[in-house]
Amino acid sequence: MTVPVAELRSLLRELLSELTPTVVICALILACVILVVLFAPLIAPYGEGEILTNDSFALQGSEGKARPGSTLLLGGDFLGRDILSRLVYGARVTLSVALAISLLAFLLGTTVGFLAAAIRGRADAVLSRIVDALISFPSIMIALIVVTSLGSTFTVLIITVALIDATRVFRVARALAMNIIVQDYIEAARVRGEGLGWVMWQEVLPNVLGPLAAEFGIRFTYAILFISALSFLGLGVQPPHSDLGLMVKENIQALLYASAYDDLRYALICISPALCIATVTISVNLIVDWFLKSTGASLPEEL
Amino acid sequence: MADKLLEVRDLCVAAHVQKNVLTPIVKKVSFSIETGKVVALIGESGSGKTTISLACMGYARPGCTITGGGVKLDDIEVLKLGFLERRRFRGTDVSYVAQSAAASFNAALTITRQVIETPLIKNLMSANEAMEKAVSLYHELDLPEPEAIGRRYPHQVSGGQLQRLMAAMAMICDPKLLILDEPTTALDVTTQIEVLQAFKKLIRDKHTSAIYVSHDLAVVAQVADDILVLKDGVMIEYGPAEQIINEPSQDYTRELISAAHIMPKSMPKPRPLIIQTAQNATAQPLLVVDGVTAGYGQNHQYLALHSVSVEAHVGRTIGIIGESGSGKTTLGRVISGLMGSKQGEVRLDGIPLADSIARRSRAELRSVQFAFQMADVALNPRHRIRKILGRPLKFYFNMSEGEVGHRIDEILDTVELPSYFANRFPRELSGGERQRINLARSLTAEPKLIICDEITSALDTIVAEAILKLLRELQERLKVAYVFISHDLSTIAKVADTIAVMRRGKIVEYGSTVEILTPPHHRYTELLLSSVPDLRTDWLDTIETRRAAARIAAAG
Amino acid sequence: MALTALIGRRLLIGVFILLIVSALVFAGTEILPGDVATAILGQSATPELVALIRERLGLDDPVYLRYLHWLGGLVTGNLGTSLVNGADLGGEVGVRLFNTFFLALLTASVAVPLSIVLGLLSALKPNSILDRAISTVSLALISLPDFLTAIILVTLFAVTWKLFPAIVNIRSDDGITDIMRALVLPVSALVFTVLAHMVRMTRTVVLDVLTSQPIEMALLKGVPRWRILIVHALPNALAPIVNVIALNLAYLISGIVVIETLFNVLGLGRFTVESVQNRDIPAVQVCAMIFCAVYVLLNLLADVISIIANPRLRHPK
Repeated sequence: MTVPVAELRSLLRELLSELTPTVVICALILACVILVVLFAPLIAPYGEGEILTNDSFALQGSEGKARPGSTLLLGGDFLGRDILSRLVYGARVTLSVALAISLLAFLLGTTVGFLAAAIRGRADAVLSRIVDALISFPSIMIALIVVTSLGSTFTVLIITVALIDATRVFRVARALAMNIIVQDYIEAARVRGEGLGWVMWQEVLPNVLGPLAAEFGIRFTYAILFISALSFLGLGVQPPHSDLGLMVKENIQALLYASAYDDLRYALICISPALCIATVTISVNLIVDWFLKSTGASLPEEL
Repeated sequence: MADKLLEVRDLCVAAHVQKNVLTPIVKKVSFSIETGKVVALIGESGSGKTTISLACMGYARPGCTITGGGVKLDDIEVLKLGFLERRRFRGTDVSYVAQSAAASFNAALTITRQVIETPLIKNLMSANEAMEKAVSLYHELDLPEPEAIGRRYPHQVSGGQLQRLMAAMAMICDPKLLILDEPTTALDVTTQIEVLQAFKKLIRDKHTSAIYVSHDLAVVAQVADDILVLKDGVMIEYGPAEQIINEPSQDYTRELISAAHIMPKSMPKPRPLIIQTAQNATAQPLLVVDGVTAGYGQNHQYLALHSVSVEAHVGRTIGIIGESGSGKTTLGRVISGLMGSKQGEVRLDGIPLADSIARRSRAELRSVQFAFQMADVALNPRHRIRKILGRPLKFYFNMSEGEVGHRIDEILDTVELPSYFANRFPRELSGGERQRINLARSLTAEPKLIICDEITSALDTIVAEAILKLLRELQERLKVAYVFISHDLSTIAKVADTIAVMRRGKIVEYGSTVEILTPPHHRYTELLLSSVPDLRTDWLDTIETRRAAARIAAAG
Repeated sequence: MALTALIGRRLLIGVFILLIVSALVFAGTEILPGDVATAILGQSATPELVALIRERLGLDDPVYLRYLHWLGGLVTGNLGTSLVNGADLGGEVGVRLFNTFFLALLTASVAVPLSIVLGLLSALKPNSILDRAISTVSLALISLPDFLTAIILVTLFAVTWKLFPAIVNIRSDDGITDIMRALVLPVSALVFTVLAHMVRMTRTVVLDVLTSQPIEMALLKGVPRWRILIVHALPNALAPIVNVIALNLAYLISGIVVIETLFNVLGLGRFTVESVQNRDIPAVQVCAMIFCAVYVLLNLLADVISIIANPRLRHPK
């Protein structure tokens, strides 16, 4: 099977002709984030768990080293560890977990979704009903129940959230493939005598690649937000590991110190991890939005 | 000049294609309508005819702007009015009948509520008066149950009835000018003539002026006093209907006339059904459909074909004609193997073909090719023409890359397209070019038989005519057989050697083209024949009695 | 009539889904590894004690019996006892549920009208400056983690300007104004979490209707703009809008869990998180069941409304 290279290239050329400043900035931001995450040990000024000072904001008064801008650029956390360094490592955890989740969810969701669309009939009906049933759970509740009984290790988190996400990917992939499969050119390939492999790989896939890429972006941001929310609740990534969501939770007291010392800089300790998340998710979403608009593609309606 | 109801002067409309870029789509169009007269705007898709008709109401679709010229209705300069003032004459002085009533009626409101809306909101009638008026219009338009039909919702009545109801909605305030935008195009052929008759009677009785927008010259000839021929937003020819039809002065108009959907003047010269060649010594038909019964759903629950038998011969064309729901497309699908049959069999060169594609040999699949109706959805938009044409070559003949390239050039040449088209995507081609590629794809397989499913229906008449010509030439050269499926008797009459008339899944008449087209006809064939207009202005008036008889007979 | 049959069928499916949900919630927390008895006793577990607890809790019964017993309890309002303090869950859950419901109601009463108005404004003049502003801001809002909006609100309104309390700490003698003041920030944070989706979806729905052929027809009939909106567009747009609202209120659940935790609101969301942390399995089951039931019901409502609003189903041929 050959990958439809020529088709991809033309799509790419189409896209490059419609670049906007916003998209370029977003792409640059993402590129920087990827570099930082890849080379975290080189970039982080201190170690992930290195306790630098005893006078964390939790213990010391307003003159402590923990205050952002004093000695540490973004300040120190509740144990006196460098926020900047922990941000770099935290982002590494958050992004790699989210990436693992979305890749797994996509592998599962698109494969099963395409199969359901290709086979149709009873198998499709059964699969769709199962997914309907799974989707009638609020996803956070599934996660909480699983975490209650299995504990929150990385494996459990990734598989659970990927499964939740896969149900959405399944729906989107199935709907996208369905729209294509009813087209006459698929019928034309079938009359020629083409097998399922050619039909799905060469006829259907090139037509859904754009929307699927967009959906991947959306799923990726969703995974980041979901895993961060779980960690923020203390039910996601567990210490001594840390991700951006957990950093917010750990340092939420900094807000009270900011209030008590009347020094807004303390708020930065707990806001900066959240801002990191937002930077990535906003960038991805803006790119997805632009991508959908400039390719004229649309995703099936879904939240 | 006092009785000129509408005067359009140098009208220009442009579309916003990109940001800050205006592309003219209507260029300096002028015409006028006298009270009680009908002007037809005729042209192919993209000619700007709908845009012009909407501009006469001072309306431009989102994305379009009226950039110049004037529209004078009675004594009002429509284009100089503000947004609110334009509303005042819409629906009362000028009203509009859209192409698809099914799409234009609001599904959430009852029909009468929509029909009588304009007189009510403009305080022209009381609710009771408006209701009475509506019912009397329903009577005039020959709608069933005129008292009750208005209480229904749009989805509860048929397409032909909806189109007439939309006419009633347009006529409720006795407008001075009625704009009819392809009002019969979406309908089945036999319904089309009835709706056309209803419109003509209405316009005549009410002495209303009208703009009739259409792509079909034969239909336009029946209703128009004057005809304006448009191409790409430019006026080609403008004059009285008789003159345009009988003594056109422009080449384009002549092309339109020769491509019009009318029965050919003389019967095509019959060809012998059997071509005597060395391979074909036994003279058996190429394809035999023998008593096929087939349908949709589990175990063919909903039957679409009832024991249908037809034959196709080498180098000849069998025309399958029928309206929507006649089973003609199902027949094509059964022959190609896309659908199985419940009873009966399909034989190619005397050998029965399997019921499904999966169980047919590659040679059998290659022999029977399928050309789809809509070339724009039959060609994968993400494949270049090279891939679209190259794949069958590799699939059926295992050709090498070099051979494929060479063969593609040849095939493109066969369908009269330049070889550099191989690098293009389908969307970079015009509708006619796409249909040629569609045909070329079936030719790559070097088939014995091509099933042509309405392949000219979605095309403009001139382009369709060229495709038909190409089909004939290919047949002469390649001796390929066609199963030509269409709802249009005039097209079938031009290409077919034998004709099967289908209705409700059965063949009602089957024979050589000459037999079918020479009286006496089967009563349904008679109804179909009487639905194809002649290209003369008085045809519709003479047809009425003939059709009435045929309709009663066909219904029985 | 076909319509009632259709709705009836949908309701039956809803009940069926609830049953499946309850079975899965029960299964998810009871059958998977981790013994409840050991969980209760923790370090002090001796085999004898574990056996005693198992017997008292009926843990030695077959699974389906325990499920039926638990389900029967749920339906009759007997929610079981907490593993943490042995208290009856009914009372605790009741209070928490009331708080959460109050919070959700306040949020909905702000978010729903606001998002419809913004969505309409945006759809009425597509590609105007207002539309583009709304669409960009809402896209950014969708991308924010729920807790970030909350933290920013706290930093601005509680830390910097000290207008509202950062933590909801309601005492029994607080007056209505104190309660409302305390709820301003959590409600605002929740509004932000649902608003963006609602605005975007309302815009799509309304734009869809406004660019449809019946609307052009009405325009050409000389119908005034307001009448087009109310008589022609609204009946077609209403059902999808209600659908959007119901769906988004269902999505409010995850926001509620986060926001309650952050603001220390003694609601059901926070209670769920606490119970998960304490591995208080009966409490997790009850909370999950309540949230799932609300979610299923809201989705059901959305479905039923779109069935009712479809003229093709309401007036069959």
